[in-house]
Amino acid sequence: MTKILEKVDLSENVVKMVLDAPAIAKKRKAGQFIVLKIDEKGERIPLTTVDCDPEKGTLTIIFQVVGKTTAKLATLKAGDELMDLQGPMGRPTHLEGIKNAVCVGGGVGVGVVYPIGAALKKLGAKVTSIIGSRNKELLILEEEMKGISDNLIVTTDDGSYGIHGFVSDALKTLIDSGEKIDEVFAIGPVPMMKAIAAVTKPYGIKTTVSLNSIMVDATGMCGACRVAVGGETKFACVDGPEFDGHAVDFDLLASRLRMYMTQEKESMDNYRCECHGK
Amino acid sequence: MENNEKKEKKEKLPRHKMPEQDPKVRIHNYNEVPIGYSEETALKEASRCIQCKKPGCRTGCPVGVDIPAFINLIAEGKFIEAAWKLKEDSALPAVCGRVCPQESQCEKFCILGKKDEPVAVGRLERFAADYERNSGQVKIPELAPKNGKKVAVVGGGPAGLTVAGDLIKLGYEVTIYEALHKPGGVLVYGIPEFRLPKSIVEAEINYLEKLGVKVVCNAVIGRLETIDELFAEGYNAVFLGVGAGAPVFMGIPGENLSGIYSANEYLTRSNLMKAYLFPEYDTPIVKGKNVAVIGGGNVAMDSVRTALRLGADNAYIIYRRSEVELPARSEEVHHAKEEGVQFKLLTNPVEYIGDENGWVTGIKCVEMELGEPDQSGRRSPIVKKGSEFVINCDTVVVSVGTNANPIIPMTTPGLDTNKWGYIVADEETGKTSREGVYAGGDIVTGSATVILAMGAGKKAAASIHEYLSKK
Repeated sequence: MTKILEKVDLSENVVKMVLDAPAIAKKRKAGQFIVLKIDEKGERIPLTTVDCDPEKGTLTIIFQVVGKTTAKLATLKAGDELMDLQGPMGRPTHLEGIKNAVCVGGGVGVGVVYPIGAALKKLGAKVTSIIGSRNKELLILEEEMKGISDNLIVTTDDGSYGIHGFVSDALKTLIDSGEKIDEVFAIGPVPMMKAIAAVTKPYGIKTTVSLNSIMVDATGMCGACRVAVGGETKFACVDGPEFDGHAVDFDLLASRLRMYMTQEKESMDNYRCECHGK
Repeated sequence: MENNEKKEKKEKLPRHKMPEQDPKVRIHNYNEVPIGYSEETALKEASRCIQCKKPGCRTGCPVGVDIPAFINLIAEGKFIEAAWKLKEDSALPAVCGRVCPQESQCEKFCILGKKDEPVAVGRLERFAADYERNSGQVKIPELAPKNGKKVAVVGGGPAGLTVAGDLIKLGYEVTIYEALHKPGGVLVYGIPEFRLPKSIVEAEINYLEKLGVKVVCNAVIGRLETIDELFAEGYNAVFLGVGAGAPVFMGIPGENLSGIYSANEYLTRSNLMKAYLFPEYDTPIVKGKNVAVIGGGNVAMDSVRTALRLGADNAYIIYRRSEVELPARSEEVHHAKEEGVQFKLLTNPVEYIGDENGWVTGIKCVEMELGEPDQSGRRSPIVKKGSEFVINCDTVVVSVGTNANPIIPMTTPGLDTNKWGYIVADEETGKTSREGVYAGGDIVTGSATVILAMGAGKKAAASIHEYLSKK
């Protein structure tokens, strides 16, 4: 069992949790994720590790409520326990040799790009960050991102805060301003990562994306998370989750992410009914 | 003379069948198909054994169970004693009695089988183990005094459970590190409830824990801790029994369409995550109406029979060779046929067809014919020209084998693997290229059977004991 030490609501649907997980905290590196299962009847879901403190033995996760499991997770409080926590999983982010980095985060993806930016900053790289969300209320981790970035650009789709537009527009403007860029890290919804890769490709700027495919075991034994990269099938859990954004088949990823749409809705509807019953 | 008469008489007794659930009923539930012997039938079947002086059955058993002895105890009505006898050699008798291919092991060497049918060793093993578990009189055997040495077992499947069971009895402190949230390996994620009830696996693992084996779940060795770190923590030896869990895909067009599963994923969702109980359990699974399973092994049979129980109208096995070459146990093929599985033999997929949403709608297949036998004696299938046709389906399960999982070799310097990524280990001792590191089961041999993994575990445990006794 894993104890929840702290829970903070970052926005209407986004929650931060600090977990008591000393063994994982000791090993976890930026870019890696965990798999959790709330209780006996629960499913296994992958979540990126946003931060960790090896001394205190704590691990931080950020998640967005999108279905039953995340909705149920969001009802838990400090002091509650999770039945299973497995990690750290996946390959750590490759950070060596990067002097000028741009970290792009969309929506809850800001939580995933944050540890990469933080690790790059620690290694002495210049970090420019572009973060965005649909509107002002949904923007997360602005202060944290400011703390690790040499320059922070904020966008909102509706213009309620920062620059009016998408993060991909802001990136294009940045590139065209002549900013020197060794690598772009882009993490967020599939259309956003696809758009970022399309922006950087003509300029030949290396672009790394973190793929959020459906996972079950996350140890490489099932292939649920398979993605096509450069025409080859890869397992995001062991070969990734980070890949070359210019080689990823985003349309395939998007269609595979819709595989359980009906069941996910059924599960969420059932859960809502049960909750109203109480 | 008297002995001969006794022999004659016994041979005339027919082998006793196990009652089974009606196929029409059982495709709507996940309950076990064979119901098991009654006490009366077990007594009768056990009395068929002629108690050979040099029992061939025992040499045919990869873990060397003293078969005549336990069967004799059943024949005497000493059912619990029979179970205890079994447990001297096997860590998981209730499992083995159910899933071992006895026809190619113990029962193959039974002398009665020469003229008549062999003694039903597997069914009797199952009977004794079930009897003990149901009686609640599970005996804890005498353990050697603690010797102060620690062994880490990586992987809680059949090989690892056997190593743990043997070493704990010899006085070692044993910890199993399991990557998933439940130990058991293929016994919990792979073999379905209707062949092996999960409560039985749980009971067998509880027994090991009662003996003192520690089980740590959610521990992916290689990521959470490396093999070197385990030694640094004070382990004196490590056994690797991580299996060959990585699924193989055929690499044909359309393989990543929605609705196409590896057998590992399909079975893990259904068995480990209990997706067949969705939405009571949270993990979903696609309940296809027309389900095609590619492959002809036991895993393919498990998948196709799962598809039927999930409500498929049509469930197909697509296999590129003919019926005689099907690698699955004949009992499983028989059960699948009884349940209405349709066999598309001498058929091979060449491409998957999908709709505008990226969902599979059919498989383009070719007909095959068998050519001359190759070097291994198997007749290789050859494509019949111009034979392309389409099988319509909305769900596909690919069950064409597994590869070695790379995580441990990737993170363990000095651990040799062969060109397929399997760990190189001595067949008799389980010794790897790293001192103090032993390996066995599918991660050494590639996909094989539960009992062969247990046999490898048995040998490795003996060799770990020898190595640590000298240290």
